[in-house]
Amino acid sequence: MTVAQAKPKDLPVGANLPFIYREYSAERLKQALHKMYLIRQFEEGAEESYMRGLIHGTMHLSIGQEASAMGICMPLTNDDQITSTHRGHGHCIAKGAEVSRMFAEFFGKTTGYCGGLGGSMHIADVSTGNLGANGIVGGGIPIAVGAALTAKRLKSDRVVISFFGDGANNEGAFHEALNMASLWKLPVIFVCENNGYGMSTSMARSTAVPNVADRAAAYSMPGVIVDGNVLSDVAEASHEAVRRARAGEGPTLIESKTYRYRGHSKSDRNRYRTKEEIEDWMTNRDPIVRYENELMEFGIIDKAGVEAIREAVAKEIADGIEFAKASPSPEIRDLERYVYTETV
Amino acid sequence: MDQAVRELSYAQAIQEAMAIAMETDERVFLMGEDIGVYGGAFQVTGDLVERFGADRVIDTPISELGGAGVAVGAAVTGLRPIFEFQFSDFATLAMEQIVNQAAKMRYMLGGAVSVPVVMRFPAGSGTGAAAQHSQSLEAWLGHVPGLKVIQPATPYDAKGMLLAAVADPDPVMIFEHKLLYKTKGPVPEGYYTVPIGKAAIRREGRDLTIVATSIMVHKALEAAKTLEAEGIDVEVVDLRTIRPMDKETVIESVKKTSRLLCVYEGVKTLGVGAEVSAMIAESEAFDFLDAPIVRLGGAETPIPYNPDLEKATVPQVPDILAAARSLAMGGR
Ligand SMILES: Cc1ncc(C[n+]2csc(CCOP(=O)(O)OP(=O)(O)O)c2C)c(N)n1
Ligand SMILES: [Mg+2]
Repeated sequence: MTVAQAKPKDLPVGANLPFIYREYSAERLKQALHKMYLIRQFEEGAEESYMRGLIHGTMHLSIGQEASAMGICMPLTNDDQITSTHRGHGHCIAKGAEVSRMFAEFFGKTTGYCGGLGGSMHIADVSTGNLGANGIVGGGIPIAVGAALTAKRLKSDRVVISFFGDGANNEGAFHEALNMASLWKLPVIFVCENNGYGMSTSMARSTAVPNVADRAAAYSMPGVIVDGNVLSDVAEASHEAVRRARAGEGPTLIESKTYRYRGHSKSDRNRYRTKEEIEDWMTNRDPIVRYENELMEFGIIDKAGVEAIREAVAKEIADGIEFAKASPSPEIRDLERYVYTETV
Repeated sequence: MDQAVRELSYAQAIQEAMAIAMETDERVFLMGEDIGVYGGAFQVTGDLVERFGADRVIDTPISELGGAGVAVGAAVTGLRPIFEFQFSDFATLAMEQIVNQAAKMRYMLGGAVSVPVVMRFPAGSGTGAAAQHSQSLEAWLGHVPGLKVIQPATPYDAKGMLLAAVADPDPVMIFEHKLLYKTKGPVPEGYYTVPIGKAAIRREGRDLTIVATSIMVHKALEAAKTLEAEGIDVEVVDLRTIRPMDKETVIESVKKTSRLLCVYEGVKTLGVGAEVSAMIAESEAFDFLDAPIVRLGGAETPIPYNPDLEKATVPQVPDILAAARSLAMGGR
């Protein structure tokens, strides 16, 4: 089963076109740009609200990594599932969540996806297949394997994506999970978003192999490396992995090489990397700019079209924040609700 | 010997203790996630990597189980590791090495080795970090024979108890409440130790004993001030070590005041307060009690994200005031 359409008529033809231009309609391609902007502006909005004291705690922003979240989710249906990470806002939006309810969660309100109990680090939308971000590095990886076991046992056509960072590949859970997934040929796809660092620790200083994808060999599954800032490349790798998974051929490990612009969290002094490195990624490899230019080059969208998307997104963000502000806070008397399942 | 006393924060006091330990003993080194250039998630190691180099301030990969095990192995074979967990919650990933290995190795080998490892755990709620970054798991480790478990409440104790932990031949687990890191207090320069296993009476009183741990010591002292104005004279005992527990100090205090309130942040049920209460119930102090023992602990829930709910999950000063008032009034 695939949600992608056959080669659309409204696009330039040619075998050399990047994957997504052969696979998707102009409408879906524009939607992808819309969502990438939505992710970026959502996080900018969250960051600003945090600075203004409207959001407490901490948060991990994925600004600069939007193509990775979006590209992986493009071939997924609403029935497919993901497990996400502490840097999970992009995954949540790409999978289909509403930004208003995400803001409400960050503001600690009852209308939030977790009723104000989870916050940024536990953002989830089970209704669109997001089983949740995670406060534990690597915590979601075996859970995705479990969800894939369910999919296989119930013979649903579902695939499960496990997002995680480069840092997570050194946790035992990663290795144990990959082994079982491969052993049992489960419909799960391991997506390592390698942004170069786990907090302050570079891949070179933490990991004995140069690429996380190299680990795939040890678990007898394909290991694929893609430029995580090129939407089409990410989507293409995801398509093939999803095809394999649905066909019962087992898991794939995709390493999506990307970069985070912001500090690790709100307490980062950026001492472990240079300004030049950050600026280079921001000015030369921004995933949104890159995709937008491509769309314009192929005549799929024009300047006015891009402007319309930006404006629509800005309004969605502003409305979302208003919704969050106006929403009620949970009551202290409900503190113990949800610790266990209520019995009637 | 007079050592100059300065005001240091709790985090600075710990950092100073680690620096002194490394200066005076070549075997001492630090391991943990992002403790090098980053300076630690709570800036406790700070710039120590610049002073001692990356060979002695070692950034580990994100590998709690393996990292803790490496520290145990190094300790058994002659080094003195101080292992930092980024959050105490991640002790759950390393439980195997802590509980099955570090705690039992000496015993299982009939005394052939000892395990002089120190592990540091930033703990507690109050930072809006939600359910997986806010727990108080000290009672978990307190349940394991072979481990020593401490909870210093002041900068002075944080330094002195860490130095005592490094000198200790057995594994010592240090729970540091995150909200204490920025609190300040007098700390002498140079080397000194504060004994593990000894409680401290922070305030003497006649009417009621509050036994508190970690940040709750400060909340209890604040409550005691208010209660003094109301004519209730509170004695505050800072437990400092939960394994081995200082029975004598607690028992003597309760014999004097005849009333006991235990205040701790960990989940109330099966926690530190249960042990303190049982200790009194089993001792000669039981006959001195004028009212049932009262425990104030964490709510029976994970720590929620919403800030008001988060506050409501752990004892606050008004809760201590209310409990102390009714306890002082109740009984015979
Ligand atoms: C088990 C565990 N160890 C440590 C942490 C603290 N921590 C949170 S995110 C992070 C870095 C993760 O790096 P990576 O997996 O590369 O993801 P990124 O932050 O780069 O997206 C660390 C060390 C944690 N949350 N859980
Ligand atoms: Mg990373």
